[in-house]
Amino acid sequence: MDLYDDDLTGDGHWAFGTGFADPLAGIDAPPASPELAAYCLALGDDALVMSHRLQEWCTRAPELEDEVAIANVALDLLGQARLLLARTGRGEDDLAFGRDAAEFRSVRLAEAANGDFAHLVVRLLLFATWRLAILGGLRDHPDPVLAAIAAKGVKEVAYHRDYAAGWAIRLGDGTAESHRRMRAALEALWPLVPDLHADHPGARAEFETVVADVLARATLDAPATTGRAAPRGEHLPELADAVAEMQSVARALPGATW
Amino acid sequence: MSWPLYEVFVRAKRGLNHVHVGSLHAPDDAAALRNARDLYTRRNEGVSIWVVRSDAVTASSPDEKDAFFDPSGDKVYRHPTFYPIPGDVPHI
Amino acid sequence: MSSFEDVLAADRRIEPRDAVPDAYRSTMVRQIAQHAHSEIIGMQPEGYWITRAPSLRRKAILLAKVQDEAGHGLYLYSAAETLGVDRDDLTERLIDGRQKYSSIFNYPTLSYADVGVIGWLVDGAAICNQVPLCRSSYGPYARAMIRICKEESFHQRQGYELLLTMMGGTAAQRAQVQDAVDRWWWPSLMMFGPPDADSPNTARSMAWRIKRHTNDELRQRFVDMTVPQAERLGVTLPDPELRWNPGRGRHDFGTPDWDELKRVISGGGPCNAERIERRRRAHEDGAWVREAALAHAARRQEGETG
Repeated sequence: MDLYDDDLTGDGHWAFGTGFADPLAGIDAPPASPELAAYCLALGDDALVMSHRLQEWCTRAPELEDEVAIANVALDLLGQARLLLARTGRGEDDLAFGRDAAEFRSVRLAEAANGDFAHLVVRLLLFATWRLAILGGLRDHPDPVLAAIAAKGVKEVAYHRDYAAGWAIRLGDGTAESHRRMRAALEALWPLVPDLHADHPGARAEFETVVADVLARATLDAPATTGRAAPRGEHLPELADAVAEMQSVARALPGATW
Repeated sequence: MSWPLYEVFVRAKRGLNHVHVGSLHAPDDAAALRNARDLYTRRNEGVSIWVVRSDAVTASSPDEKDAFFDPSGDKVYRHPTFYPIPGDVPHI
Repeated sequence: MSSFEDVLAADRRIEPRDAVPDAYRSTMVRQIAQHAHSEIIGMQPEGYWITRAPSLRRKAILLAKVQDEAGHGLYLYSAAETLGVDRDDLTERLIDGRQKYSSIFNYPTLSYADVGVIGWLVDGAAICNQVPLCRSSYGPYARAMIRICKEESFHQRQGYELLLTMMGGTAAQRAQVQDAVDRWWWPSLMMFGPPDADSPNTARSMAWRIKRHTNDELRQRFVDMTVPQAERLGVTLPDPELRWNPGRGRHDFGTPDWDELKRVISGGGPCNAERIERRRRAHEDGAWVREAALAHAARRQEGETG
């Protein structure tokens, strides 16, 4: 079974989760400007918090195959978060475990507490569609590090979007109950969409085209409700609990090495 | 009610055949392919995947084994050891 | 045509459609299913710590590891299904208590050091048990085990590496590691099953080449392997009788509390109810999803053919 030998050597698999080579190998990283650092922090926090919400699904998935798939998405986003946080010039762990919830820069869509599987699917569809539009445009960003992170992320997030779209269609066009649950999830999460457009107006057209197409195939209508766009830094109350849980071990043992 | 069973075949790298690696459950072909990617190539073990519904596979039965496989069992000329090659011939 | 006995005598593999004795089939189903259930239930004690991992690197490692366990469960269910059983049915048997899983997962995880100790001791013991199963007489099981063993060795190494790091950290971290070792050592020894004298099925399982070594042989191998690792780590294994016996060339060690093992197997462990309840809830909460996906697939097929 030499099949596996090539990829099982070294720490690569564990370091970034799914065994890809270091995406930043050979790329020069001059110190980030304050604007670039703030931007990477925001995109990194989105991935970190969204990954956390998916990690909470562990051992709860509707089928074991989806257990594996959800973990894959969570791992990809965690990997993106680590690269983006590191690009700020502050340590990834310093940022993840050293800040209070109020200092996070995540969008509220990533923060919302989990619901049922329809909620997971709708949130991931909205999040991945938005993020893919952003990362697609960042592949030729002047900062070579951010461009490389985006190039790697595009492949991953395209897969996430596809996973979510496939499930949105199955559930929207499934049974009466699954359709009802999908509508409820859309109603719950749709008010958080204006945040995304306010944050990245350039991603809006692609987002709206893709989401409309998926919803049509899922026999679902986009809700009529719109919400007020909240700027980054304005959080849902449940973020505090998520961050407290994430930091519980790290903060209980000051000075520890991991 | 459970999802149908699919058999999964993975091509480990270019130049090799797809090889059966196991099975999984999925509601449809697209999900089966995706699940196969997530499950059987978590460590980049493959460059190509086939999935096929298990109930679409027609297999020989062990009872037919003699009729099916013994005829070729004596066709030793198919096997390389039929041809004695002197030990000093390299790379063969 | 080769008979079941001839295949075994030649140390070749039994394959799915071969004629086998009913008892072989049912023993194989039970063993593989129990193993699969153990992988799935085994996700829970460690899975709890994913959202709490103290560094992002540790988080990625643990998430990938727990994901592997779901994968291992799936490889094993896949092997079991070649024997003509249905995974849903096996899951039902797990959640209504008709089939077992490894008792080790009925112990609680109390600190992050437990993640390391599970990797080092529990996965280490599992590897001792599993490596011989790569030569199990049942082909699909043996092949699944080859794949699993490849991945498990990394699980054990990540656990040991976490413990080494923690032992190099603060006094509080070292105390957590020792505490975790104290709690997991004896349950790990029990993972090899009851002593040979109380293991009535061992002889038949060995004749069928389902099992390759007795419980006591594997337990001894695990102790001999682990003692030097504990010394290097700087922890004490909680057994006053543990010492090197130069005459035997092996370690002597104390007797696990077999009554405790029986209690935990029969449902009296600290976490039995909680583990099964969580699995049941996931399965039941997912029912509408599985049903909807089937309904959608059926409708699409109608659309194609009609």
